[in-house]
Amino acid sequence: MIEITCKLLVIGAGPGGYVCAIRAGQLGIDTVIVESAKLGGSCLNVGCIPSKALIHVADEYEKLAAAAQGKTPFGLTASAPALDLKQAIGWKDGIVQRLNNGVAALLRKSKVKIVHGRARFRDGKTVAVETETGPKLIRAETIVIATGSAPVELPFLPFGDTVISSTQALSLPEIPARLAVVGAGYIGLELGIAFAKLGSQVTIVEALPKILPLYDAELTAPVERSLSRLGVELLLGAKARGAAPDGKSLLVEAAEGKERRIAADTILVTVGRKPVLSDLGLEELVLDMDGSFIRIGERCETSMRGIHAIGDVTGEPMLAHRAMAQGELVAEIVAGLPRAWDKRCIPAICFTDPEIVSAGLSPDEALRAGFEIKIGQFPLAASGRAMTLHSEQGFVRIVAQANTHVILGIQAVGQSVSELSAAFGLAIEMGATLEDIAGTIHAHPTLGEAVQEAALKALGHAIHI
Amino acid sequence: MMAERVIKLPDVGEGIAEAELVEWHVKVGDIVREDDLLAAVMTDKATVEIPSPVEGEVVWVGADIGDTVAIGSALVRLKVAGEGAAEAGEAEANEAPEPVVATKPAAGPKNEAPASAPAKPAETRPAPSPKPRAVSSPALSAAPRRQAGEKPLASPAVRLKAREAGIDLRQVAGSGPGGRITHEDLDSFVLRGPEAERAPGLARRTAVTDVKIVGLRRKIAEKMALSKARIPHITIVEEVDVTALEDLRAVLNKKPTPERPKLTLLPFVMRALVKALAEQPNLNALFDDEAGIVHQHAGIHIGIATQTPSGLIVPVVKHAEARDLWDCARELGRLADRGREGSATRDDLTGSTITITSLGALGGIATTPVINHPEVAIVGVNKMMVRPMWNGSSFVPRKMMNLSSSFDHRVIDGWDAAVFVQRLKELLENPATLFVDA
Repeated sequence: MIEITCKLLVIGAGPGGYVCAIRAGQLGIDTVIVESAKLGGSCLNVGCIPSKALIHVADEYEKLAAAAQGKTPFGLTASAPALDLKQAIGWKDGIVQRLNNGVAALLRKSKVKIVHGRARFRDGKTVAVETETGPKLIRAETIVIATGSAPVELPFLPFGDTVISSTQALSLPEIPARLAVVGAGYIGLELGIAFAKLGSQVTIVEALPKILPLYDAELTAPVERSLSRLGVELLLGAKARGAAPDGKSLLVEAAEGKERRIAADTILVTVGRKPVLSDLGLEELVLDMDGSFIRIGERCETSMRGIHAIGDVTGEPMLAHRAMAQGELVAEIVAGLPRAWDKRCIPAICFTDPEIVSAGLSPDEALRAGFEIKIGQFPLAASGRAMTLHSEQGFVRIVAQANTHVILGIQAVGQSVSELSAAFGLAIEMGATLEDIAGTIHAHPTLGEAVQEAALKALGHAIHI
Repeated sequence: MMAERVIKLPDVGEGIAEAELVEWHVKVGDIVREDDLLAAVMTDKATVEIPSPVEGEVVWVGADIGDTVAIGSALVRLKVAGEGAAEAGEAEANEAPEPVVATKPAAGPKNEAPASAPAKPAETRPAPSPKPRAVSSPALSAAPRRQAGEKPLASPAVRLKAREAGIDLRQVAGSGPGGRITHEDLDSFVLRGPEAERAPGLARRTAVTDVKIVGLRRKIAEKMALSKARIPHITIVEEVDVTALEDLRAVLNKKPTPERPKLTLLPFVMRALVKALAEQPNLNALFDDEAGIVHQHAGIHIGIATQTPSGLIVPVVKHAEARDLWDCARELGRLADRGREGSATRDDLTGSTITITSLGALGGIATTPVINHPEVAIVGVNKMMVRPMWNGSSFVPRKMMNLSSSFDHRVIDGWDAAVFVQRLKELLENPATLFVDA
């Protein structure tokens, strides 16, 4: 058996793992990364990137469809659009492949050794990897578990031909005429909305009484309106019970307790993600767990010396950028630098229509945390830029501490507001106050002005409202 | 239109080429009016205030406190309004404001001040330490401290810097909005350590406060170092029975007039010095040790070491040999007034050939005076107190005062020094002899 000895072994080349490995390489650490599938993990291959590509296709399609139906207020018309889905999927796959190659190149540039295969712990310092060329044994001073997460499967709706996860939804051979989505979290809504735009008749089933349970009603209302505009049927407080035997419909126990049969060619199950920890040989280790996740401390350290865990295996929020930050952190710790997790916020985005961004605390969260708060909210309907984009839905909202004006959270809902997340995160990490944002010139005409206006509003002197 | 004018350090007289910046009255961003003071510089003995010749906004300052600034170099740049404003380049030629010469380290000896009598020293106000450098810590201002459990508010860069310096940011007071910890807060924390907790009881304090030694304090430091480094001191302490002298002083002070002000002990000591030096002129001298020459002066110019709020200065009573008791007293008074008015001239502060130092009631039992280089002798007056003295048959209460005098042992032998001190003792114990001409 080939044996490799290294200082740092990273298991999993998703956004957490590959960032950790690249940073470690930059710091001169002898690093090996093991990946059983493609480089880039869920994010790059079956998550963030391909879904955004598909959403873009859907948005473009919808615009043309609106023009074809003469629905634009500015007199743009077009003939009915047609989509070659195969080509769209090919375009998306091309992007994914370019990024795969990019990650590989970056790893090589940082002198990280890539081992393809499935890793399994032998003990706290040794991992066996089954590769195409035979088994390899890797001994490392430090091991980072970054194996990520996978879609949760419902026992009564096992994944198959018609019951699919988000992974398959990104590579369907054709647009399903009728699509049932189980779970109105951000993944279900993003994909449900995209398919609705592409022409599917979409029904979304959610057991809870609201969509996007992690966001407050103010933020989700514009999305609900958009669902209704797109003709998406939303069943809240409804439980999926299984697929009908003919595979052509989804059985649902609706809110009032009565059974409903929802005709569906395809059932998309997006009820959450679970950590990928099976077959990893964790039974050889003694790791403290936090539910189904690995328990970590502020240095991403596990209960075993020399073993760190980052990304989705460590729990919510399961976001690529959190994993990346953790990966960087761990690499620097391995290099002997004093580091600990001290982030003030992890921004989160729903690429729904309209988009939702949230960084830091919402008003409710801030109140629950015991803060006295000031809120400033500015509607995009008052933004010149939003008008010119013909998308006046939504708002920017700033939550600040009442006495100090230190910003606790910023949220926004609206078209293209995802790009504002950088400003939100920066403001919070820098410990900005309302006056800092109000006193920063925001270029005109942009949606960003709404951020400044929201700060001014909280201070009691918004200009444009 | 706006233009920039450069204010240069003017020629502050005395034929000097540079001066030390001791105080800024303005900072960048300040608006100054014509004649507002910009800065103070210090020459050999005097502090000179530099006013602004024009109105404008300070956009640049050219030196830090403690820096030595060459005459004619740019001190301040002002943004000035109006059409007549010269361009920066031209302005360089002509901006030299008229300096206001004010000898700041002045507050000279009050009449009773440096005497040994039960009088307070010249100025009992604590001498303000030189202002800390401009980077004085923002954290030292009343910064809100976080409550227990509250997360410190700081940018990622500050957090990283703190972590690398091993500092728990919860210990650092933030001066920014909302208690945000700035880079400056962290830097000053690193420099000074945590502020002592305001908890009752005893607590360790680990802060170190850095005070830059500038201006007069620096001059004093240099002078003292020079004196102690070059001069091997010999110090003699002798006790003097001043009972008779005090009786005489009490009589003379019964009816003071402007012509005949109240006398402290100092004029009598000066008188004794003049008498003693007449017999030992080698003690009234300046030793040019580099040339190897002792300049014995016929004129006796007595420096009076004096504490002022800004530090030690030495005004000089010139030609004490030509002054009677009252004249000495009046001259001491004049120098004190000049000091208070801040109008002491360079001439008032230079030219001594021997020095008296007195801390009055604080004078202690004995001191080890440091010779005022390049002089060769200094007489220290210690405090007067009633002590029981043996008169051969019994103890009697006597007013006793010690003199602690130092001499440059390179040019004064111990024998000569002892003779001189004994002569002073004899003169002061028999005050009539002070007024008997030789």
